[in-house]
Amino acid sequence: MNKLVVKERIARVAMYLSIAAVILLVGSIIWTVFKRGARSLTWEMVSSLPGGGFYIGKSGGFLNAIVGSLYIVLSSTAIGLIISIPVVFFLNVYLKSKSRLAYVARLAFDVLFGIPSIVYGAFAFTLMIYFGLRTSLLGGILVETLLIIPILIRSMDEVAKNFPRDLLEASFSLGATRWETMGVVMRQIAPGIATATLLSVGRSIGDAAGVMFTAGFSDTIPTSLSQQTATLPLSIFFQLSAPQAEVQNRAYAAAVVLTIIVLVISLLGRFITNRFSKHKLR
Amino acid sequence: MRKLILRKIFANDSNEPFVPDAKFKHPDVAPELTVDHFNLSIEGSPILKDVSVTIPANKITCIVGPSGCGKSTLLKSLNRLSDTIEGVRTSGDIRIGDKSIVNCSASDLVELRRRIGLVPQRPTPLPMSIFGNIAYGCKIHGVSSRRELRKIVRHYLKVVGLWDEVKDRLTSPATKLSIGQQQRLCLARSLAVEPEFILADEATSALDPVSSKIVEDLFVKLKEQYSIVMVTHTLRQALRIADYVIFIYMGEVIEVGDAQQVFKNPKHELTQKYLSGTIS
Repeated sequence: MNKLVVKERIARVAMYLSIAAVILLVGSIIWTVFKRGARSLTWEMVSSLPGGGFYIGKSGGFLNAIVGSLYIVLSSTAIGLIISIPVVFFLNVYLKSKSRLAYVARLAFDVLFGIPSIVYGAFAFTLMIYFGLRTSLLGGILVETLLIIPILIRSMDEVAKNFPRDLLEASFSLGATRWETMGVVMRQIAPGIATATLLSVGRSIGDAAGVMFTAGFSDTIPTSLSQQTATLPLSIFFQLSAPQAEVQNRAYAAAVVLTIIVLVISLLGRFITNRFSKHKLR
Repeated sequence: MRKLILRKIFANDSNEPFVPDAKFKHPDVAPELTVDHFNLSIEGSPILKDVSVTIPANKITCIVGPSGCGKSTLLKSLNRLSDTIEGVRTSGDIRIGDKSIVNCSASDLVELRRRIGLVPQRPTPLPMSIFGNIAYGCKIHGVSSRRELRKIVRHYLKVVGLWDEVKDRLTSPATKLSIGQQQRLCLARSLAVEPEFILADEATSALDPVSSKIVEDLFVKLKEQYSIVMVTHTLRQALRIADYVIFIYMGEVIEVGDAQQVFKNPKHELTQKYLSGTIS
Protein backbone atom coordinates (compact mmCIF):
# COMPACT_ATOMS: atom_id res chain seq x y z
CA MET A 1 0.00 0.00 0.00
CA ASN A 2 1.06 3.52 -0.67
CA LYS A 3 2.92 5.17 2.17
CA LEU A 4 0.73 8.27 2.04
CA VAL A 5 -2.43 6.22 2.26
CA VAL A 6 -1.10 4.46 5.35
CA LYS A 7 -0.29 7.80 6.99
CA GLU A 8 -3.73 9.08 6.12
CA ARG A 9 -5.35 5.96 7.63
CA ILE A 10 -3.34 6.23 10.84
CA ALA A 11 -4.24 9.89 11.24
CA ARG A 12 -7.88 9.11 10.61
CA VAL A 13 -7.98 6.30 13.16
CA ALA A 14 -6.23 8.49 15.71
CA MET A 15 -8.83 11.22 15.22
CA TYR A 16 -11.73 8.82 15.55
CA LEU A 17 -10.21 7.35 18.69
CA SER A 18 -9.80 10.70 20.38
CA ILE A 19 -13.29 11.80 19.43
CA ALA A 20 -14.64 8.52 20.79
CA ALA A 21 -12.68 9.00 24.01
CA VAL A 22 -14.14 12.48 24.53
CA ILE A 23 -17.69 11.38 23.82
CA LEU A 24 -17.30 8.37 26.09
CA LEU A 25 -15.97 10.53 28.88
CA VAL A 26 -18.75 13.12 28.67
CA GLY A 27 -21.34 10.38 28.27
CA SER A 28 -20.16 8.40 31.28
CA ILE A 29 -20.01 11.46 33.52
CA ILE A 30 -23.54 12.46 32.58
CA TRP A 31 -24.68 8.85 32.89
CA THR A 32 -23.26 8.40 36.40
CA VAL A 33 -24.66 11.69 37.63
CA PHE A 34 -28.08 11.21 36.10
CA LYS A 35 -28.39 7.54 37.07
CA ARG A 36 -28.11 8.28 40.75
CA GLY A 37 -29.35 11.84 40.70
CA ALA A 38 -32.37 11.84 38.41
CA ARG A 39 -34.10 9.14 40.44
CA SER A 40 -33.86 11.03 43.70
CA LEU A 41 -34.46 14.48 42.19
CA THR A 42 -37.83 15.81 43.34
CA TRP A 43 -39.56 19.13 42.93
CA GLU A 44 -39.23 19.68 46.68
CA MET A 45 -35.44 19.66 46.40
CA VAL A 46 -35.22 22.48 43.90
CA SER A 47 -38.02 24.53 45.39
CA SER A 48 -37.38 24.53 49.13
CA LEU A 49 -34.68 25.46 51.60
CA PRO A 50 -32.93 22.86 53.75
CA GLY A 51 -35.07 21.87 56.75
CA GLY A 52 -33.68 20.98 60.16
CA GLY A 53 -31.37 17.99 59.92
CA PHE A 54 -31.18 18.23 56.14
CA TYR A 55 -27.63 16.96 56.08
CA ILE A 56 -28.51 13.81 58.05
CA GLY A 57 -31.34 12.85 55.76
CA LYS A 58 -34.32 14.91 56.94
CA SER A 59 -36.59 16.81 54.57
CA GLY A 60 -35.81 19.96 52.61
CA GLY A 61 -34.11 21.06 49.41
CA PHE A 62 -31.14 23.02 48.14
CA LEU A 63 -32.83 26.09 46.68
CA ASN A 64 -30.38 28.17 48.76
CA ALA A 65 -27.46 26.68 46.82
CA ILE A 66 -29.10 27.14 43.41
CA VAL A 67 -29.94 30.78 44.07
CA GLY A 68 -26.55 31.43 45.69
CA SER A 69 -24.69 29.98 42.72
CA LEU A 70 -26.74 31.99 40.25
CA TYR A 71 -26.20 35.19 42.26
CA ILE A 72 -22.45 34.67 42.31
CA VAL A 73 -22.07 33.54 38.71
CA LEU A 74 -24.27 36.19 37.14
CA SER A 75 -22.81 39.11 39.09
CA SER A 76 -19.21 38.00 38.72
CA THR A 77 -19.66 37.51 34.97
CA ALA A 78 -21.24 40.94 34.64
CA ILE A 79 -18.49 42.64 36.65
CA GLY A 80 -15.85 40.59 34.87
CA LEU A 81 -17.10 41.69 31.45
CA ILE A 82 -17.23 45.33 32.51
CA ILE A 83 -13.61 45.13 33.62
CA SER A 84 -12.19 43.00 30.82
CA ILE A 85 -13.75 44.48 27.68
CA PRO A 86 -11.94 47.82 28.15
CA VAL A 87 -8.72 45.91 28.87
CA VAL A 88 -9.08 44.02 25.59
CA PHE A 89 -9.74 47.25 23.71
CA PHE A 90 -6.73 48.85 25.35
CA LEU A 91 -4.46 45.92 24.49
CA ASN A 92 -5.56 45.79 20.88
CA VAL A 93 -6.53 49.28 19.81
CA TYR A 94 -4.42 51.67 21.86
CA LEU A 95 -1.20 49.73 22.43
CA LYS A 96 1.15 49.15 19.55
CA SER A 97 1.43 45.57 18.41
CA LYS A 98 5.02 45.25 19.63
CA SER A 99 4.39 47.03 22.93
CA ARG A 100 6.31 45.70 25.95
CA LEU A 101 3.42 46.49 28.26
CA ALA A 102 1.08 44.37 26.13
CA TYR A 103 3.56 41.50 26.21
CA VAL A 104 3.96 41.66 29.98
CA ALA A 105 0.20 42.03 30.50
CA ARG A 106 -0.57 39.00 28.32
CA LEU A 107 2.05 36.94 30.12
CA ALA A 108 0.57 37.98 33.47
CA PHE A 109 -2.93 37.00 32.37
CA ASP A 110 -1.66 33.63 31.18
CA VAL A 111 -0.06 33.01 34.57
CA LEU A 112 -3.24 34.08 36.36
CA PHE A 113 -5.18 31.76 34.06
CA GLY A 114 -3.26 28.79 35.41
CA ILE A 115 -3.56 29.57 39.12
CA PRO A 116 -5.88 27.09 40.88
CA SER A 117 -9.02 28.54 42.38
CA ILE A 118 -8.13 27.48 45.91
CA VAL A 119 -5.15 29.84 45.75
CA TYR A 120 -7.49 32.65 44.73
CA GLY A 121 -9.71 31.65 47.64
CA ALA A 122 -6.85 31.66 50.13
CA PHE A 123 -5.53 34.96 48.75
CA ALA A 124 -8.93 36.61 48.98
CA PHE A 125 -9.38 35.17 52.46
CA THR A 126 -6.17 36.78 53.76
CA LEU A 127 -7.22 40.06 52.17
CA MET A 128 -10.62 39.82 53.80
CA ILE A 129 -9.05 39.18 57.18
CA TYR A 130 -6.78 42.18 56.64
CA PHE A 131 -9.75 44.42 55.89
CA GLY A 132 -11.82 42.88 58.66
CA LEU A 133 -14.47 41.45 56.31
CA ARG A 134 -16.49 38.32 57.01
CA THR A 135 -17.29 35.59 54.55
CA SER A 136 -20.14 36.90 52.45
CA LEU A 137 -21.91 36.92 49.11
CA LEU A 138 -19.81 39.96 48.17
CA GLY A 139 -16.60 38.04 48.94
CA GLY A 140 -17.75 35.16 46.76
CA ILE A 141 -18.63 37.45 43.88
CA LEU A 142 -15.30 39.23 44.08
CA VAL A 143 -13.16 36.11 44.18
CA GLU A 144 -15.04 34.58 41.25
CA THR A 145 -14.62 37.83 39.34
CA LEU A 146 -10.87 37.64 39.94
CA LEU A 147 -10.91 34.04 38.82
CA ILE A 148 -12.66 34.64 35.51
CA ILE A 149 -11.08 37.94 34.45
CA PRO A 150 -7.97 36.27 32.97
CA ILE A 151 -10.18 33.78 31.12
CA LEU A 152 -12.38 36.54 29.74
CA ILE A 153 -9.48 38.75 28.73
CA ARG A 154 -7.34 36.11 27.10
CA SER A 155 -10.11 34.46 25.11
CA MET A 156 -11.51 37.80 23.89
CA ASP A 157 -7.98 38.98 23.20
CA GLU A 158 -7.36 36.09 20.80
CA VAL A 159 -10.45 37.07 18.83
CA ALA A 160 -9.64 40.77 18.89
CA LYS A 161 -6.08 40.11 17.67
CA ASN A 162 -7.45 38.66 14.45
CA PHE A 163 -9.68 41.65 13.88
CA PRO A 164 -9.41 42.74 10.23
CA ARG A 165 -7.94 46.24 10.15
CA ASP A 166 -9.62 46.89 6.80
CA LEU A 167 -12.88 46.97 8.67
CA LEU A 168 -11.67 49.89 10.77
CA GLU A 169 -10.61 51.74 7.62
CA ALA A 170 -13.96 51.02 5.98
CA SER A 171 -15.80 52.52 8.92
CA PHE A 172 -13.45 55.52 9.27
CA SER A 173 -13.64 56.29 5.57
CA LEU A 174 -17.41 56.67 5.83
CA GLY A 175 -16.77 59.41 8.36
CA ALA A 176 -17.35 57.40 11.52
CA THR A 177 -15.73 58.52 14.75
CA ARG A 178 -13.72 56.14 16.92
CA TRP A 179 -16.71 55.69 19.17
CA GLU A 180 -19.07 54.88 16.30
CA THR A 181 -16.51 52.43 14.96
CA MET A 182 -16.60 50.61 18.30
CA GLY A 183 -20.09 49.49 17.26
CA VAL A 184 -18.64 47.76 14.21
CA VAL A 185 -15.88 46.24 16.32
CA MET A 186 -18.39 44.93 18.85
CA ARG A 187 -20.45 43.29 16.11
CA GLN A 188 -17.40 41.60 14.70
CA ILE A 189 -16.09 40.27 18.02
CA ALA A 190 -19.51 39.52 19.58
CA PRO A 191 -19.12 35.76 19.00
CA GLY A 192 -15.77 35.94 20.78
CA ILE A 193 -17.32 37.75 23.73
CA ALA A 194 -20.08 35.14 23.91
CA THR A 195 -17.59 32.27 23.88
CA ALA A 196 -15.47 33.93 26.55
CA THR A 197 -18.55 34.48 28.70
CA LEU A 198 -19.58 30.84 28.37
CA LEU A 199 -16.11 29.64 29.33
CA SER A 200 -16.04 31.81 32.41
CA VAL A 201 -19.58 30.94 33.46
CA GLY A 202 -18.63 27.29 33.21
CA ARG A 203 -15.56 27.81 35.31
CA SER A 204 -17.16 29.94 38.02
CA ILE A 205 -20.35 27.94 38.45
CA GLY A 206 -18.39 24.77 39.04
CA ASP A 207 -15.87 26.30 41.37
CA ALA A 208 -16.01 25.10 44.97
CA ALA A 209 -12.61 26.00 46.32
CA GLY A 210 -12.75 29.74 45.73
CA VAL A 211 -16.12 30.27 47.37
CA MET A 212 -15.42 27.94 50.28
CA PHE A 213 -13.22 30.53 52.01
CA THR A 214 -14.99 33.62 50.85
CA ALA A 215 -18.72 33.06 50.51
CA GLY A 216 -19.09 30.63 53.38
CA PHE A 217 -22.25 28.55 53.52
CA SER A 218 -25.76 29.13 54.73
CA ASP A 219 -29.11 27.41 54.75
CA THR A 220 -31.00 30.52 53.71
CA ILE A 221 -31.05 32.68 50.62
CA PRO A 222 -28.94 35.79 51.26
CA THR A 223 -30.88 39.05 51.34
CA SER A 224 -27.83 41.31 51.37
CA LEU A 225 -24.29 41.32 50.05
CA SER A 226 -22.85 40.94 53.52
CA GLN A 227 -24.59 37.65 54.29
CA GLN A 228 -23.06 34.26 53.75
CA THR A 229 -24.37 32.20 50.88
CA ALA A 230 -24.50 28.59 49.79
CA THR A 231 -23.31 27.43 46.36
CA LEU A 232 -24.14 24.28 44.42
CA PRO A 233 -20.65 22.76 44.32
CA LEU A 234 -20.25 23.20 48.07
CA SER A 235 -23.72 21.85 48.68
CA ILE A 236 -22.81 18.77 46.66
CA PHE A 237 -19.56 18.44 48.59
CA PHE A 238 -21.23 18.62 52.01
CA GLN A 239 -23.95 16.16 51.08
CA LEU A 240 -21.54 13.72 49.50
CA SER A 241 -19.46 13.67 52.69
CA ALA A 242 -22.49 12.51 54.68
CA PRO A 243 -22.57 8.78 55.52
CA GLN A 244 -26.27 8.27 54.71
CA ALA A 245 -27.05 6.96 51.21
CA GLU A 246 -30.12 9.17 50.75
CA VAL A 247 -28.12 12.29 51.49
CA GLN A 248 -25.49 11.18 48.99
CA ASN A 249 -28.23 10.57 46.44
CA ARG A 250 -29.41 14.10 47.00
CA ALA A 251 -25.87 15.26 46.23
CA TYR A 252 -26.22 13.58 42.86
CA ALA A 253 -29.59 15.26 42.40
CA ALA A 254 -27.88 18.60 43.05
CA ALA A 255 -25.22 17.63 40.50
CA VAL A 256 -27.99 16.97 37.99
CA VAL A 257 -29.37 20.47 38.60
CA LEU A 258 -25.87 21.96 38.21
CA THR A 259 -25.34 20.05 34.96
CA ILE A 260 -28.69 21.17 33.61
CA ILE A 261 -27.95 24.81 34.45
CA VAL A 262 -24.59 24.60 32.65
CA LEU A 263 -26.23 22.86 29.70
CA VAL A 264 -28.97 25.48 29.41
CA ILE A 265 -26.47 28.34 29.62
CA SER A 266 -24.24 26.71 26.99
CA LEU A 267 -27.07 26.05 24.56
CA LEU A 268 -28.42 29.55 25.06
CA GLY A 269 -24.93 30.93 24.50
CA ARG A 270 -24.53 28.86 21.33
CA PHE A 271 -27.85 30.11 20.05
CA ILE A 272 -26.97 33.73 20.71
CA THR A 273 -23.47 33.28 19.24
CA ASN A 274 -24.90 31.86 16.03
CA ARG A 275 -27.27 34.75 15.71
CA PHE A 276 -24.46 37.24 16.16
CA SER A 277 -21.87 35.57 13.97
CA LYS A 278 -24.24 35.50 11.01
CA HIS A 279 -22.89 38.80 9.76
CA LYS A 280 -19.28 38.32 10.81
CA LEU A 281 -16.63 39.09 8.21
CA ARG A 282 -14.34 36.10 7.87
CA MET B 1 -41.36 36.98 7.66
CA ARG B 2 -39.18 40.07 7.90
CA LYS B 3 -38.14 39.51 4.34
CA LEU B 4 -41.76 39.46 3.22
CA ILE B 5 -42.59 42.66 5.05
CA LEU B 6 -39.51 44.34 3.62
CA ARG B 7 -40.38 43.29 0.10
CA LYS B 8 -43.87 44.68 0.52
CA ILE B 9 -42.60 47.98 1.86
CA PHE B 10 -40.19 48.34 -1.03
CA ALA B 11 -42.88 47.46 -3.52
CA ASN B 12 -45.00 50.31 -2.20
CA ASP B 13 -42.32 52.93 -2.69
CA SER B 14 -43.23 55.14 -5.61
CA ASN B 15 -40.82 55.80 -8.43
CA GLU B 16 -40.20 59.44 -7.60
CA PRO B 17 -36.70 60.66 -8.54
CA PHE B 18 -34.11 60.23 -5.81
CA VAL B 19 -32.81 63.33 -4.07
CA PRO B 20 -29.94 62.91 -1.60
CA ASP B 21 -30.39 64.23 1.91
CA ALA B 22 -29.77 67.96 2.28
CA LYS B 23 -26.81 67.20 4.57
CA PHE B 24 -25.08 65.43 1.70
CA LYS B 25 -25.54 68.10 -0.97
CA HIS B 26 -22.48 68.61 -3.16
CA PRO B 27 -21.11 72.16 -3.41
CA ASP B 28 -22.07 73.97 -6.62
CA VAL B 29 -18.55 73.90 -7.95
CA ALA B 30 -16.87 70.53 -7.59
CA PRO B 31 -13.68 71.04 -5.56
CA GLU B 32 -10.19 69.93 -6.51
CA LEU B 33 -7.82 68.05 -4.26
CA THR B 34 -4.54 69.87 -3.88
CA VAL B 35 -1.48 68.14 -2.52
CA ASP B 36 1.05 70.78 -1.55
CA HIS B 37 4.69 69.84 -0.81
CA PHE B 38 3.54 66.80 1.09
CA ASN B 39 6.08 64.57 2.82
CA LEU B 40 5.37 61.37 4.68
CA SER B 41 7.70 59.09 6.55
CA ILE B 42 7.12 55.90 8.47
CA GLU B 43 9.46 55.30 11.42
CA GLY B 44 12.02 57.64 9.93
CA SER B 45 12.13 56.25 6.40
CA PRO B 46 10.63 58.61 3.83
CA ILE B 47 7.78 57.17 1.77
CA LEU B 48 6.52 60.27 -0.02
CA LYS B 49 8.92 63.07 -0.90
CA ASP B 50 7.72 66.58 -1.61
CA VAL B 51 4.61 65.55 -3.49
CA SER B 52 2.75 68.41 -5.18
CA VAL B 53 -0.15 67.58 -7.46
CA THR B 54 -3.64 68.85 -8.16
CA ILE B 55 -6.31 66.23 -8.67
CA PRO B 56 -8.99 67.59 -11.02
CA ALA B 57 -12.72 67.36 -10.36
CA ASN B 58 -15.05 65.04 -12.26
CA LYS B 59 -12.26 63.07 -13.86
CA ILE B 60 -10.72 59.69 -13.31
CA THR B 61 -7.22 60.21 -12.01
CA CYS B 62 -4.99 57.17 -12.03
CA ILE B 63 -1.97 56.96 -9.78
CA VAL B 64 0.48 54.59 -11.40
CA GLY B 65 3.96 53.43 -10.58
CA PRO B 66 5.97 50.36 -9.62
CA SER B 67 4.97 48.49 -6.46
CA GLY B 68 6.21 49.95 -3.22
CA CYS B 69 6.54 53.44 -4.70
CA GLY B 70 4.02 55.02 -2.32
CA LYS B 71 0.86 55.01 -4.47
CA SER B 72 -1.37 53.53 -1.80
CA THR B 73 0.17 55.68 0.91
CA LEU B 74 -0.56 58.80 -1.11
CA LEU B 75 -4.13 57.63 -1.63
CA LYS B 76 -4.59 56.94 2.06
CA SER B 77 -3.14 60.34 2.95
CA LEU B 78 -5.90 61.95 0.92
CA ASN B 79 -8.48 61.05 3.56
CA ARG B 80 -5.99 60.69 6.39
CA LEU B 81 -6.38 56.97 6.82
CA SER B 82 -2.61 57.15 6.91
CA ASP B 83 -3.10 58.20 10.55
CA THR B 84 -3.64 54.57 11.46
CA ILE B 85 -0.16 53.54 10.31
CA GLU B 86 2.26 53.19 13.22
CA GLY B 87 5.08 55.71 13.42
CA VAL B 88 3.82 57.96 10.65
CA ARG B 89 4.95 61.59 10.32
CA THR B 90 3.84 64.11 7.75
CA SER B 91 4.59 67.64 6.64
CA GLY B 92 3.11 69.83 3.95
CA ASP B 93 -0.57 70.13 3.22
CA ILE B 94 -3.45 68.48 1.40
CA ARG B 95 -6.57 70.50 0.72
CA ILE B 96 -10.03 69.75 -0.58
CA GLY B 97 -11.24 73.00 -2.11
CA ASP B 98 -9.70 75.42 0.35
CA LYS B 99 -10.08 73.24 3.45
CA SER B 100 -6.97 71.62 4.84
CA ILE B 101 -7.18 67.88 5.41
CA VAL B 102 -3.85 67.60 7.18
CA ASN B 103 -4.48 70.33 9.74
CA CYS B 104 -8.06 69.97 10.82
CA SER B 105 -9.89 69.21 14.03
CA ALA B 106 -11.21 65.75 14.80
CA SER B 107 -14.79 66.81 14.12
CA ASP B 108 -13.87 68.37 10.78
CA LEU B 109 -12.00 65.21 9.89
CA VAL B 110 -15.16 63.15 10.23
CA GLU B 111 -16.94 65.44 7.76
CA LEU B 112 -13.94 65.49 5.40
CA ARG B 113 -13.77 61.72 5.38
CA ARG B 114 -17.42 61.62 4.42
CA ARG B 115 -16.62 63.87 1.47
CA ILE B 116 -13.82 61.53 0.36
CA GLY B 117 -15.06 57.93 0.09
CA LEU B 118 -12.89 54.84 -0.15
CA VAL B 119 -13.28 51.60 -2.06
CA PRO B 120 -10.77 49.18 -0.57
CA GLN B 121 -8.53 46.71 -2.34
CA ARG B 122 -10.28 43.69 -0.91
CA PRO B 123 -14.00 44.11 -0.37
CA THR B 124 -14.75 44.56 3.33
CA PRO B 125 -18.46 44.42 4.02
CA LEU B 126 -19.27 45.55 7.55
CA PRO B 127 -20.52 42.76 9.81
CA MET B 128 -24.16 43.61 9.07
CA SER B 129 -26.88 42.82 6.57
CA ILE B 130 -26.81 44.12 3.00
CA PHE B 131 -29.30 46.79 4.01
CA GLY B 132 -27.31 47.63 7.14
CA ASN B 133 -24.10 48.08 5.20
CA ILE B 134 -25.49 50.84 3.03
CA ALA B 135 -27.58 52.42 5.76
CA TYR B 136 -24.64 52.52 8.20
CA GLY B 137 -22.94 55.60 6.76
CA CYS B 138 -26.21 57.51 6.58
CA LYS B 139 -27.16 56.53 10.11
CA ILE B 140 -23.92 57.82 11.61
CA HIS B 141 -24.47 61.10 9.79
CA GLY B 142 -27.92 61.47 11.27
CA VAL B 143 -30.37 60.08 8.74
CA SER B 144 -32.70 58.09 10.93
CA SER B 145 -36.04 57.79 9.16
CA ARG B 146 -36.61 54.22 8.02
CA ARG B 147 -38.45 55.44 4.95
CA GLU B 148 -35.55 57.65 3.97
CA LEU B 149 -33.03 54.86 4.56
CA ARG B 150 -35.03 52.46 2.41
CA LYS B 151 -35.02 54.97 -0.42
CA ILE B 152 -31.28 55.48 -0.06
CA VAL B 153 -30.52 51.76 -0.01
CA ARG B 154 -32.65 51.12 -3.06
CA HIS B 155 -31.21 54.03 -5.00
CA TYR B 156 -27.55 53.22 -4.45
CA LEU B 157 -28.00 49.51 -5.01
CA LYS B 158 -29.53 50.45 -8.34
CA VAL B 159 -26.64 52.80 -9.12
CA VAL B 160 -24.13 49.96 -8.76
CA GLY B 161 -26.44 47.51 -10.53
CA LEU B 162 -26.89 45.28 -7.52
CA TRP B 163 -30.56 45.93 -6.82
CA ASP B 164 -32.04 43.20 -8.99
CA GLU B 165 -29.54 40.69 -7.66
CA VAL B 166 -30.17 41.32 -3.96
CA LYS B 167 -33.59 42.94 -3.58
CA ASP B 168 -35.08 39.76 -2.15
CA ARG B 169 -32.40 39.24 0.46
CA LEU B 170 -31.61 42.65 1.86
CA THR B 171 -31.62 41.28 5.40
CA SER B 172 -29.19 38.48 4.71
CA PRO B 173 -25.52 38.94 5.70
CA ALA B 174 -23.43 40.97 3.28
CA THR B 175 -20.67 38.38 3.59
CA LYS B 176 -22.87 35.87 1.74
CA LEU B 177 -22.49 37.86 -1.49
CA SER B 178 -19.86 36.94 -4.06
CA ILE B 179 -16.60 38.91 -4.01
CA GLY B 180 -17.61 40.94 -7.07
CA GLN B 181 -20.97 41.76 -5.53
CA GLN B 182 -19.29 42.66 -2.23
CA GLN B 183 -17.06 45.13 -4.01
CA ARG B 184 -20.03 46.80 -5.65
CA LEU B 185 -21.73 46.85 -2.26
CA CYS B 186 -18.69 48.63 -0.81
CA LEU B 187 -18.92 51.15 -3.64
CA ALA B 188 -22.63 51.65 -2.97
CA ARG B 189 -21.86 52.08 0.71
CA SER B 190 -19.36 54.83 -0.05
CA LEU B 191 -21.73 56.52 -2.48
CA ALA B 192 -24.56 56.47 0.05
CA VAL B 193 -22.96 59.31 2.04
CA GLU B 194 -22.52 61.28 -1.21
CA PRO B 195 -18.77 61.87 -1.23
CA GLU B 196 -17.30 64.29 -3.74
CA PHE B 197 -14.22 62.17 -4.20
CA ILE B 198 -13.97 58.42 -4.45
CA LEU B 199 -10.63 56.83 -3.69
CA ALA B 200 -10.13 53.36 -5.11
CA ASP B 201 -7.13 51.37 -3.98
CA GLU B 202 -6.69 48.77 -6.71
CA ALA B 203 -10.39 48.21 -6.37
CA THR B 204 -10.55 45.63 -9.11
CA SER B 205 -7.41 43.61 -8.41
CA ALA B 206 -9.21 41.00 -6.27
CA LEU B 207 -12.07 40.57 -8.73
CA ASP B 208 -12.75 38.24 -11.63
CA PRO B 209 -12.59 39.80 -15.13
CA VAL B 210 -16.36 40.20 -15.44
CA SER B 211 -16.84 41.91 -12.07
CA SER B 212 -13.74 43.94 -12.73
CA LYS B 213 -15.25 45.20 -15.99
CA ILE B 214 -18.52 46.07 -14.24
CA VAL B 215 -16.72 48.12 -11.58
CA GLU B 216 -14.58 49.82 -14.22
CA ASP B 217 -17.63 50.78 -16.28
CA LEU B 218 -19.26 52.08 -13.13
CA PHE B 219 -16.34 54.38 -12.47
CA VAL B 220 -16.61 55.79 -15.98
CA LYS B 221 -20.32 56.39 -15.43
CA LEU B 222 -19.80 57.88 -11.98
CA LYS B 223 -17.24 60.49 -13.00
CA GLU B 224 -20.05 62.79 -14.12
CA GLN B 225 -20.97 63.35 -10.48
CA TYR B 226 -17.91 62.29 -8.57
CA SER B 227 -14.18 62.78 -8.89
CA ILE B 228 -12.40 59.47 -8.86
CA VAL B 229 -8.84 58.78 -7.78
CA MET B 230 -7.62 55.27 -8.32
CA VAL B 231 -4.43 53.41 -7.70
CA THR B 232 -3.83 50.71 -10.23
CA HIS B 233 -1.22 48.14 -11.03
CA THR B 234 -2.62 47.30 -14.42
CA LEU B 235 -1.42 49.83 -16.97
CA ARG B 236 -4.04 48.61 -19.40
CA GLN B 237 -6.78 49.58 -17.01
CA ALA B 238 -5.25 53.03 -16.64
CA LEU B 239 -5.03 53.31 -20.44
CA ARG B 240 -8.69 52.38 -20.76
CA ILE B 241 -10.27 54.72 -18.27
CA ALA B 242 -7.83 57.35 -17.01
CA ASP B 243 -8.36 61.03 -17.85
CA TYR B 244 -5.45 62.22 -15.79
CA VAL B 245 -2.34 60.36 -14.71
CA ILE B 246 0.10 60.74 -11.84
CA PHE B 247 3.27 58.69 -12.18
CA ILE B 248 5.16 58.07 -8.96
CA TYR B 249 8.58 56.54 -8.64
CA MET B 250 10.33 55.94 -5.29
CA GLY B 251 8.01 58.30 -3.47
CA GLU B 252 8.46 61.16 -5.90
CA VAL B 253 6.04 62.44 -8.48
CA ILE B 254 7.80 62.10 -11.81
CA GLU B 255 5.16 63.09 -14.30
CA VAL B 256 1.63 64.44 -14.12
CA GLY B 257 -0.75 65.25 -16.92
CA ASP B 258 -3.59 64.29 -19.17
CA ALA B 259 -3.70 60.58 -19.84
CA GLN B 260 -3.32 61.05 -23.58
CA GLN B 261 -0.23 63.14 -23.16
CA VAL B 262 1.45 60.98 -20.49
CA PHE B 263 0.77 57.69 -22.21
CA LYS B 264 1.43 58.81 -25.81
CA ASN B 265 4.21 61.34 -25.31
CA PRO B 266 5.82 60.84 -21.94
CA LYS B 267 8.26 63.64 -21.25
CA HIS B 268 10.33 62.02 -18.59
CA GLU B 269 12.74 59.21 -19.23
CA LEU B 270 11.52 57.21 -16.19
CA THR B 271 7.93 57.36 -17.42
CA GLN B 272 9.03 56.07 -20.81
CA LYS B 273 10.88 53.23 -19.13
CA TYR B 274 7.90 52.38 -16.94
CA LEU B 275 5.49 52.40 -19.87
CA SER B 276 7.77 50.21 -21.95
CA GLY B 277 8.10 47.78 -19.06
CA THR B 278 11.79 48.29 -18.34
CA ILE B 279 11.01 49.19 -14.72
CA SER B 280 8.05 47.68 -12.97
